Amino acid sequence: MGNQRSSIDIVKNNKGKKRLKNKKRPKMIEQDPSERIKNFAEVSLGLTEEMVELETQRCLQCENPLCVAGCPVNIKIPQFIKLLKEKKYKKALYKIKTDNLLPAICGRVCPQETQCEEACVLNKLGEPIAIGQLERFIADWERKNNLKECPECAVPKGIKVAVIGAGPAGLACAGELAMSGYDVTIFEAFHIGGGVLSYGIPQFRLPKEIIKSEIETLEMLNVKLEYNIIIGKTLTIEDLKEIGFKAFFIGVGAGLPIFLRVPGLNLNGVLTANEFLTRSNLMKAFKFPDYDTPIKIGKIVTVIGGGNVALDSARTALRLGAEKVIVVYRRSEAEMPARREEYHHALEEGIIFQFLTNPVKFIGDENDDLKQMEVIKMELGEHDESGRRRPIPIESSEYLIDTDTIIIGIGTKANPIITKSIPELKISKRGYIKTDENFQTNIEEIFAGGDIVTGAATVISAMGAGKRAAHGIDKFLQEKYINKKE
Amino acid sequence: MPYEILEKFELGNSGTIFEMVLKTPLIAKKAYAGNFIIVRVNETGERIPLTIADYDREKESITLTIQVVGKSTKLLCNLRVGDKILDVVGPLGNRIHIEKYEHPIVVIGGGIGIAPCYIQAKELKEAGNKIITILGARSKGLLIWKDRMNSVSDELIITTNDGSEGIQGVVTDPLKKIIQEKKISLVIAIGPLVMMKYVVLTTNGSGGLPRVKTFVSLNTIMIDGTGMCGSCRFSTLDGGVQFACVDGPDVDGHIVDFDNLLKRANRFLEQEKHSLECYDEECRALEKHKREVT
Repeated sequence: MGNQRSSIDIVKNNKGKKRLKNKKRPKMIEQDPSERIKNFAEVSLGLTEEMVELETQRCLQCENPLCVAGCPVNIKIPQFIKLLKEKKYKKALYKIKTDNLLPAICGRVCPQETQCEEACVLNKLGEPIAIGQLERFIADWERKNNLKECPECAVPKGIKVAVIGAGPAGLACAGELAMSGYDVTIFEAFHIGGGVLSYGIPQFRLPKEIIKSEIETLEMLNVKLEYNIIIGKTLTIEDLKEIGFKAFFIGVGAGLPIFLRVPGLNLNGVLTANEFLTRSNLMKAFKFPDYDTPIKIGKIVTVIGGGNVALDSARTALRLGAEKVIVVYRRSEAEMPARREEYHHALEEGIIFQFLTNPVKFIGDENDDLKQMEVIKMELGEHDESGRRRPIPIESSEYLIDTDTIIIGIGTKANPIITKSIPELKISKRGYIKTDENFQTNIEEIFAGGDIVTGAATVISAMGAGKRAAHGIDKFLQEKYINKKE
Repeated sequence: MPYEILEKFELGNSGTIFEMVLKTPLIAKKAYAGNFIIVRVNETGERIPLTIADYDREKESITLTIQVVGKSTKLLCNLRVGDKILDVVGPLGNRIHIEKYEHPIVVIGGGIGIAPCYIQAKELKEAGNKIITILGARSKGLLIWKDRMNSVSDELIITTNDGSEGIQGVVTDPLKKIIQEKKISLVIAIGPLVMMKYVVLTTNGSGGLPRVKTFVSLNTIMIDGTGMCGSCRFSTLDGGVQFACVDGPDVDGHIVDFDNLLKRANRFLEQEKHSLECYDEECRALEKHKREVT
């Protein structure tokens, strides 16, 4: 696969034993930027067995591990690292999977740098343990060896639970409930599972085969998946109650695009990141015409926003053949919510960043085809409610950028389809579902978690919510149906 | 769970319009006039929206009418009875508003848009409304569902561009006359964008004609059909943006910026042409192979 590169500084001591230099962690092997912008194959290729061996030696095996507390699903990190070090790969895998059934996904897309790795004590001495990369290594080892390990389920309880949405929250919730012995069915609106993992995150960051494989693990736990079903349209919660479902988890995410309020929004060439990424990722438009879904890419593509979605769009546009890709973000580099790793990759690939810049107007020709974007320069003012400095327009600093494609990736909001179909369900002003600390809504059998409760957040926080909601559902069902039987 | 084709046959004699009855137990149970589905024929297929033209709750089926315009519709129309469609999702969009109006309703169907008019006219007729139907097509052979429309209409007017059946002209000719002569509570127009545009221009209160509330059905480019991608969005004349999939597909025609919508509808023209060419070539190669084998 083209040029690959990695950097690993290994030194040998006088007894010939290898160790990593300068308290640094090994760097994953990556496709060379000049090569990878021409393909959709994964950018990072993971660690080698040797790197893993050296890296696991650096773990201090803390008695009171801060990394575990830093993980939203509390993976027993030191234990799995110890098993890896002893080359007990299968056991290491089991250790992870009791807390997280989707390690190949999380190893790739979790922001470890702000979670487990941020908490690692080695931060004080040098670089933290590469926990995410180790997690990914062991998950990839499983797939490479055609193994399918899954933890044992409790004795079947014969109680049906419906999980709505096969995204990170729903998958985590379903797995946890299945392990507790519930009869779980996931209802998914799209034709494949994964939610935002499938339609939002590009192949080069998370290959779709991985999602498929991790969903297969759930199916081994007897979780059933029903695709092409929109709860609130095809079926309602009431319909599901009639066919015997006793509890519900709503994990439908925050799927609706937020639009900019600027003139020219409906010009041809202006699209949402949701549309752009769904075409490319879910519908595989990057393989057009082998796949039927078309995608149009201009010579100069401008992406608006500074999060992972914006950067995923920018890097996808580059791979689809754009000559120049500019990311326009209204705050500065420091406030950008995208993962550092992705920002770094984007820079390496030649994406241009224009910080402190905000769109004012989109300009088209007589055919309503986009030609230019008027932007205004911004400066940072006082801190706002997000804790970041508020961007303020600088008067008379407008200028024009030539562009024929604009991708808007400034965030998403709640989709009201399901909440509208349950009028009694309590929601916030912005349409997010209100829950208590057990993820229970005002309707006792309905639980919710992930972005539909918190607003757009990370994959792992949604998974954490799904997992904890499963505990809430278990408690509810135990009290209502199981303890009563006795 | 793939969805079986129960019936399929050609409509009219153009060779491009087909009626298809699909077994969709869950959708058939919930479908109403105004709803649509999204179909993905096979693994490499795209997701395309199709309006539900009729439903049968007992047979657990829905009826679609499809005109071959590009690869996806051709692929769909090349399927036979007994074949299965990989993905069908719905019912999507909003059900039309049903009430007993004071005055008659004019239902206008143009070309392939005639079929989805049927279920709207039927539900409105069942609610006690008087239905005046105007059907329009380029020529006689493209007129579909005439008998079915007749069965739900109190009056049926036919127009063809070439005069091969009914009045020679376009649907707005009889429409002008009707709204001039009598009070009309509502106009419903389903058909090509250009037709709907001119219907709306006829009923918007300009040119000395009375203003009549008009609903049009927007069948724009979509992916998910649930408000997620924004591909189906259209501009409103007051500068707003709405989604055909969740705000429609039937919307107040007087707020729609048709000129922008017409331009948006063509934004993948080049790719659509290329895709169809590739498919035709594939079909020809397959035919040739078959001939060589036999």
